[in-house]
Amino acid sequence: MSDEAATTGKSLLTPFNVIAGIIVIMGLFITVMRFTRGLGAVTNLSDYNPWGIWIGFDLLVGVALAAGGFVTSAAVYIFGMKKYHSAVRPAILTGFLGYAMVVVALNYDVGRPWRLPFPFIVQQGTTSLLFEVAACVALYLTVLFVEFSPAALEWLGLKRARNIIIRLTLLLTIFGVVLSTLHQSSLGALFLIAPSKLHPLWYSPYLPVYFFVSSIIAGLSMVIFESTLSHRYFKDKMDAAHLAEKDEVALGFGKAAALVLAGYFIVKLIGVSQGNGWHLLATSYGAWFLLEMLGFVALPCFLYAVGVREKNLKLIKWTAAWTVLGIIVNRLNVGLIAFNWQLPSAERYFPHWMEIGISVFLVTVGLIAFRFIVTRMPIMYAHKDYDETT
Amino acid sequence: MESTIHTLQEYMLHTENITYLLIVAALIAITFFYRFLTEKDDDEK
Repeated sequence: MSDEAATTGKSLLTPFNVIAGIIVIMGLFITVMRFTRGLGAVTNLSDYNPWGIWIGFDLLVGVALAAGGFVTSAAVYIFGMKKYHSAVRPAILTGFLGYAMVVVALNYDVGRPWRLPFPFIVQQGTTSLLFEVAACVALYLTVLFVEFSPAALEWLGLKRARNIIIRLTLLLTIFGVVLSTLHQSSLGALFLIAPSKLHPLWYSPYLPVYFFVSSIIAGLSMVIFESTLSHRYFKDKMDAAHLAEKDEVALGFGKAAALVLAGYFIVKLIGVSQGNGWHLLATSYGAWFLLEMLGFVALPCFLYAVGVREKNLKLIKWTAAWTVLGIIVNRLNVGLIAFNWQLPSAERYFPHWMEIGISVFLVTVGLIAFRFIVTRMPIMYAHKDYDETT
Repeated sequence: MESTIHTLQEYMLHTENITYLLIVAALIAITFFYRFLTEKDDDEK
């Protein structure tokens, strides 16, 4: 960064750098507190509420929003939709950083980071869904790292290593889709063990299906959302192919998101019917559930459809941002708001400011890493020494 | 409506009845939705 500042003559004291710097200092302070004084010093977690926003937001939302990697690479390399090729590298990078932050966040919640490999070497617990999630996230993070590595290797000039990995692209994509299908659904399946704790409108035997289908929506919307922000802040880093395909990506992914949202709405409705939960819709939790279903599923489904029909890119981009917000609302509902719903309000969980501080810190670190990589490596443009189609 | 449900058989009958009707309605609705989503593509071709 300092080299960049020296060569361009720009000041490092930009609004982004200043705000990010303050957040990072705050995050490091809370990190020291967390690992020296324990969970009690920095969280409002309790025996009733052992999972807070570090699981509900950092992990559940982080994994869902990182789904753009497997969705985009599957579309391009498995379904042969080459017109979306320019979206692959930014989506893989977003997915890789998203999963990396998820694993870092998990260390804050679980503690004792040196025990992270224990599920593989000490106690497998292969009948546990948490083992399945741990195995898939660890393997998929590795796959994402390898999928991302050609950009880093091109930047470093390691042509031979880069060409070996490029030959593995299809294999890595298939592996990534399999692992994502498994662990996205397993995160929903984690809640199957607590039918009495999760509100009946959100609890369903179909929770794994809901989590998987909604992760595809999250992935598609996140690619449009990320592309919009990248176009705004990194336009100078984009080559002609990226600029030309940008609108095509928004239209194609918007259409897919509209269809998947429609399917998701139907399976959620069938879940309510199977659980005979109609009478619960008249309660306050029912109103919140209806807001989620109508405001964050049916509405974006319709808006995406109108945007695609009318080729209204602005509408599609705003809808993508709204849908990303909807995914956040859904995961917070399942993980926190509708969880332990029967407890008296005094026993309900509300995050400590330091828990929120760590979540903001991790998102900021992800943004800094994204900016560092995008401004240096061939993510939004094809490297001049390599074929654009690989 | 709930007061008429006494057995698992009645519960299953009640929920499956509604679900099957919903599925038929959903299949019809999604056909129209797909048409709404893609009809301008067809016009362009």
